[in-house]
Amino acid sequence: MEATHAHDDHGHGAPAGLMRWVTTTNHKDIGTLYLWFAFIMLLAGGTLALLIRAELFQPGLQVVNPDFFNQLTTLHGLIMVFGAIMPAFVGFANWQVPMMIGAPDMAFPRMNNWSFWLLPVAAGLLISSFFVPGGASSGGWTMYAPLFLQGGISNDMTIFAVHILGISSIMGAINIVTTILNLRAPGMTLMKMPLFVWTWLITAYLLIAVMPVLAGAVTMLLTDRHFGTSFFNAAGGGDPIMFQHIFWFFGHPEVYIMILPAFGIVSQIIPAFARKPLFGYASMVYATSSIAILSFIVWAHHMFTTGLPTAAQLFFMYATMLIAIPTGVKVFNWVATMWKGSMTFETPMLFAIAFVCLFTIGGFSGLVLAITPVDIQLQETYYVVAHFHYVLVSGALFSIFAGVYFWLPKWTGHMYDEKLGKLHFWMSTIFFNILFFPMHFLGLAGMPRRIPDYGLQFADWNMVASIGGFGFGLSQLILLVVVLKCIKGGEKAAARTWEGADSLEWTHLPSPAPYHTFEVPPTVK
Amino acid sequence: MRSKLRSLALGWGTFLMSMAALAEESKYNLPTPKSVVAQEIFDLHILIMWVCAGIFVVVFGVMFYSIWKHRKSVGHQAAHFHENTQIEIIWTVIPFVILIAMAIPASKTVLNMRDASSPDMTVKVVAYQWKWEYEYPADGVKFLSNLSTPRDQIEGNAKKGEHYLLEVDNPLVVPVGKKVRLLITANDVIHAWSVQALGIKQDAIPGFIKDAWFKAETPGTFRGQCSELCGKDHGFMPIVVEVKTQEDYDKWLAEQKSKTAAVTLDPNKTYSMDELKAHGEKVYAKNCAACHQATGAGTPPVFPALTGSPVATGPKAGHIDIVMNGGKKNPAMAAFAKQLNDVDLAAVITYERNALGNATGDLVQPADIKALRK
Repeated sequence: MEATHAHDDHGHGAPAGLMRWVTTTNHKDIGTLYLWFAFIMLLAGGTLALLIRAELFQPGLQVVNPDFFNQLTTLHGLIMVFGAIMPAFVGFANWQVPMMIGAPDMAFPRMNNWSFWLLPVAAGLLISSFFVPGGASSGGWTMYAPLFLQGGISNDMTIFAVHILGISSIMGAINIVTTILNLRAPGMTLMKMPLFVWTWLITAYLLIAVMPVLAGAVTMLLTDRHFGTSFFNAAGGGDPIMFQHIFWFFGHPEVYIMILPAFGIVSQIIPAFARKPLFGYASMVYATSSIAILSFIVWAHHMFTTGLPTAAQLFFMYATMLIAIPTGVKVFNWVATMWKGSMTFETPMLFAIAFVCLFTIGGFSGLVLAITPVDIQLQETYYVVAHFHYVLVSGALFSIFAGVYFWLPKWTGHMYDEKLGKLHFWMSTIFFNILFFPMHFLGLAGMPRRIPDYGLQFADWNMVASIGGFGFGLSQLILLVVVLKCIKGGEKAAARTWEGADSLEWTHLPSPAPYHTFEVPPTVK
Repeated sequence: MRSKLRSLALGWGTFLMSMAALAEESKYNLPTPKSVVAQEIFDLHILIMWVCAGIFVVVFGVMFYSIWKHRKSVGHQAAHFHENTQIEIIWTVIPFVILIAMAIPASKTVLNMRDASSPDMTVKVVAYQWKWEYEYPADGVKFLSNLSTPRDQIEGNAKKGEHYLLEVDNPLVVPVGKKVRLLITANDVIHAWSVQALGIKQDAIPGFIKDAWFKAETPGTFRGQCSELCGKDHGFMPIVVEVKTQEDYDKWLAEQKSKTAAVTLDPNKTYSMDELKAHGEKVYAKNCAACHQATGAGTPPVFPALTGSPVATGPKAGHIDIVMNGGKKNPAMAAFAKQLNDVDLAAVITYERNALGNATGDLVQPADIKALRK
């Protein structure tokens, strides 16, 4: 857009070859690396999920044996949470946060490089653990003691991988906090920041608070396994339930680590396509903060069946129900943003609308599960599986899809193929519901999760879910085609691709965004 | 126009009613409740579902109306408002009130389901990888409850029965209308004892005893499954509860008592090889075959073969130790000292050393096991 940028870029373009990616300290390159890594992990974790759905297509054992089945569910969870969803959001943060606040790069570019390159190491450990004696970890992604104390070397590899992922996340989070607090352009006050930046600021604080807790939990597993401690062994004076307390003290904020940036992305997209400012900006910021604070006092709702004291069951039920209020405020604000707008429905908007509807269904099933007595009926059944896939797939993952379509023109300088994008949207949304909606019924009827074989009364819905699973999995290849096509070429994208988009990357930068941006900070009025 | 609206409303009414009828089917909802607590939970769930459905219809009704009317393609111009304190306060307060209305009945049910005081009888439930043990401390009755679905059905070589994977050899039997308190614990890892129709799910935690209770309203057979991942055969340790009339229950209890007396083999006797092998084969099928396979081939590397194994063909003492106290290097091997009696242990070890392709000729007598117990 500004001529000065073309001039500044002279001699400062991206170096060529593989070493560009290994040694890069550029936030855009690192963002790209994070996003591709996340996509590869999505396909890896998805393949495991398809094997699970193949085994569950009908009753009986056909495809895998029970032990390998448990390895599949364990690694599917770990890879999707730590390999796909979290890195994808860090990828968005890398690309977008500096451009949205008018900063030239992240605050610590070299540390940024290191936090990315730790990820393939951890992923390598997780995936290669399938090939060690005894196979991969099979105790569930939650790694509950004492089950996780059984099993072979793959459990140690998983513990080590979690340590590395934790270090990577903490470094990434420190980088994001520092960038947002120190590198904002003049005039970009906190309450003027785009909501995506706000949600990431809060998410980064959550990461710094809870990743060390997870590291502590798995370290205790490691010393129980090899160094004769008894943290989780009652015979030695420990308590198996203490692991769950520590794990979920990490685990519940972790849930919001995976959904707050999604709220941020959707809060950028809906106003852009409604051509109307976000309704209730301030209340969005306060709602996000209250969700983050509440996330620290609800962890034991994952543990209602462990036999907590009655007072604890009541406290954690009430605290959990409270989360519905700020979450509700967000949904109302999105609807009010659309109200009396001038809406168009390109792919990013379609995914954002599907996000609002389907995430709300996940929110409702969350409310059902917050009610202690009902949770006790549904804990560890497919109802829980349905619930967290509604918030993590049609929630987090759909917002990632929406964000990719929204910012691809800014990143590549080309428009993506709208027809293919819409095809991807409809296939994903329809198959997603075929896959996960029946799981509510399975859970209510009592089918436990994490079982390779089931009673005959569960057969019909499992078959439906498996068909949905294969459809959903294959639909994701459309995204790959769209992205590759868009990188290669396509209609030239305007600097302000979307009429209603008004953050700095749209108003101050050309498309594609040059390799270095905002070397001279813009002034925000 | 008005009649059109009315028929639309009527159509919706019928649709909602048919949904409510569907909700009675266990394929779409919780199983028909058979205890007071289960009934309370069932009603609570229905209540919350209707509240959620109502909110969903209102919120997304507004959203889809907006999507329909406020489109650029129909020429709608964007308004510019972006806050309204009054409405924001209203939509914060209303959900709060709805939540309080839900919390009141929910809290009542929590208090009720936690009150395991003054039971009519107590049963101790111990979970093992991968079976349940029920003990009636007042009556001296104790037995294991194993999956009874044949391997052939699981592997697809035989037609699956009606209660595929949800049937056991020895169900938990209780009398109708009595408050039964369960004391639940585990021997190895965490399991969970769960029967939805009775409104119970309680984790079984090694080293801790937790309680739960139920009072079945009608006689019948109720089924559930282990509900906490507990390893390889987590999906193959169902729970079956038979609720009998007091009369039938008393009969069953008397039978159990005499059976226990008859079946118990004399631990002081010296047995012959054939006797030990015959009994050992039964013990093996129930306790060992799930991992080491009926043939002794195992599924290495986690579950090693017994045929020709260094343990089963090596020194007797080492073999007895691993069966009684579990695997020191491989924790997947459970400790059977507490699960099996002296005769069972002697028999199964003798069987493993002289069958499954092994022929050491060693005999292990119950007295040998007894000497090792302290």
